[in-house]
Amino acid sequence: MAKITYREAVRAGLREALQSNPRVFLMGEDVGKYGGTYACSKGLLDEFGPERIRDTPLSESTFVGAGIGAALGGMRPIVEVMTVNFILLALDQIVNNAATIRHMSGGQFSIPLIVRMATGAGRQVAAQHSHSLEGWYAHIPGITVLAPATVTDARRMLLAALQEPDPVFIFEHAYLYPLEGELDESALSVDLTHAAVRRTGPDISLITFGGSLWKALEAADQLAQEGISAEVVDLRILRPLDISTVLTSVRKTHRAVVIDEGWRTGSFAAEVSAQIMEGAFYDLDGPVARVCSVEVPIPYPKHLEDAALPQPEKIVQAVHSLMGR
Amino acid sequence: MTHVVGRDHGLELLRQMLRIRRFEEKCAELYSGGKIRGFLHLYIGEEAVAVGAMPCFTSEDAIVGTYREHGHAIIRGIPMGPLMAELYGKANGCARGRGGSMHFFDAARRFYGGLAIVGGGLPVAVGLALADHMQQRRRVTACIFGDGAVAEGEFHESLNLAALWKLPVLFLCENNLYAMGTALGRHQSQIDIARKADAYAIPAEAVNGMDVLAVESATRKAVDSVRAGHGPYLLEYRTYRFRAHSMYDAELYRTKDEVAQWKQRDPIALFQQQLRDEGFLTDADLDNMETAIATEIAEAVSFAEMGPWEPLEDLTKDLYTPSKPAG
Repeated sequence: MAKITYREAVRAGLREALQSNPRVFLMGEDVGKYGGTYACSKGLLDEFGPERIRDTPLSESTFVGAGIGAALGGMRPIVEVMTVNFILLALDQIVNNAATIRHMSGGQFSIPLIVRMATGAGRQVAAQHSHSLEGWYAHIPGITVLAPATVTDARRMLLAALQEPDPVFIFEHAYLYPLEGELDESALSVDLTHAAVRRTGPDISLITFGGSLWKALEAADQLAQEGISAEVVDLRILRPLDISTVLTSVRKTHRAVVIDEGWRTGSFAAEVSAQIMEGAFYDLDGPVARVCSVEVPIPYPKHLEDAALPQPEKIVQAVHSLMGR
Repeated sequence: MTHVVGRDHGLELLRQMLRIRRFEEKCAELYSGGKIRGFLHLYIGEEAVAVGAMPCFTSEDAIVGTYREHGHAIIRGIPMGPLMAELYGKANGCARGRGGSMHFFDAARRFYGGLAIVGGGLPVAVGLALADHMQQRRRVTACIFGDGAVAEGEFHESLNLAALWKLPVLFLCENNLYAMGTALGRHQSQIDIARKADAYAIPAEAVNGMDVLAVESATRKAVDSVRAGHGPYLLEYRTYRFRAHSMYDAELYRTKDEVAQWKQRDPIALFQQQLRDEGFLTDADLDNMETAIATEIAEAVSFAEMGPWEPLEDLTKDLYTPSKPAG
């Protein structure tokens, strides 16, 4: 185990991807000279040159669409969209082209495209830079949606995604970039099929993904002090969802709280909750609870932003409520 | 008007325009009979563009089309049988019947749709050209779109990126004067579309899209420039659609007089007359041509009629690629 930041993990993954295949290239806003808004691609321009590390104009729809075209043309593009907030401008390319062309053409084409972006709130950047829209993407058949929460996943998921022949969207939580974690050096590859149980416990299942994983683990620490042993499930992959790992946990604990930084209505947490109801209703001792963001544009002042987002305390409260404490 | 280069070539251009015209007239009839459903955007009136332009591209080049792509698909060489079957929604269609009129695809002929969101094909075409550029292939990507698309941000973004990176893409704007029902002058402050390319330092030319020879010579010149590595090029073909936007509309947005005037410039009628004037076309030639085309279309209809429906159990097939190729 070695200490590494999430940002360094992403960068190491990018370098490895670029070294592994000459057809891999990176394009996006400020990925080259600037080194990436979150410094994920710092140094890559010097190492791999401007043909493979391409700064793009601020034209999200076109450089995502060009990624689709380049993939159709035999390249292995990795497109960095600065943040989830800006990829809204490219939704047409994703929903209408990337996700449909294979099926709609009767299977004649594959689009081996990777799109990475920062997501999430928690850095006081206000309503237009704090979205958590992973759930929207998970709604779309034809693509794969990843949410690496650990440095090991941040380090290894990209190379695993490069083995996928169809579009993969990777949501990196912006709050995590500077944080250090233990890199599991024995895991030279990670699978893109299974959720991961990050902490085991018999009393209640905390089901989450991305930046909220760390809040759930903190809540589990607090709960442990009062004698409640929580199991924490990191979904890792939002589409295709590994519901069986979730159901196995819930069948053991009989209680579930789903934590999701998206807004509650129509959230990914709603989907997970519905699938638990469908698959493990008779194993439940109570309704599935959700801790989501308050349904409001995320405000700038810290006290309001904190109040709008899922927090360990809210998770603990939800557990108390569910367990009648 | 340009002179025809030889009888054989002239007759071939006429034959190809007639193939599109007759195919689509049959489509309209089949639509009325309920065999074809959904949207059906006919190309009637605009045939000179596809017939003049498509043969300028090699089989290695790529074509990215729109929802009004029947003509381009026919001239690209996709047999009428799979095209008609696609319109029927049959599994022997060129996209297994899953796309219908707006979504013709053919990987072997590098025909990338049939992309039916206005403007949405431009970035994809830029990407295909980027792939060729990065792999040092001397291929050209033809990107077809209408005048409506120039109002989309993707038009401007794509021209800029293609020019910035000097990519081998040829932007082909089929200006039929209407974005569905909105006249060009009602949605563009600058109606000279070719001039918009100036803003991106892209060479451009406006072409009489009702003259198949003018289309052919302008397109050949543009393809040569792109293939020579000079970066993107834009052609604006000034043309007109004789029929409704889709199968039926009340055509409240234009007058009967205007349509009648444009029909005086019917690319097929004009070219027929030109061939006759030059002594290249006889009544017998035309009869033979029409008979052969009628047979081809009848066979295509029969191919579609006989085609199987995709089985229900294949509904979700091909959503993802089943095997994982290396790299």
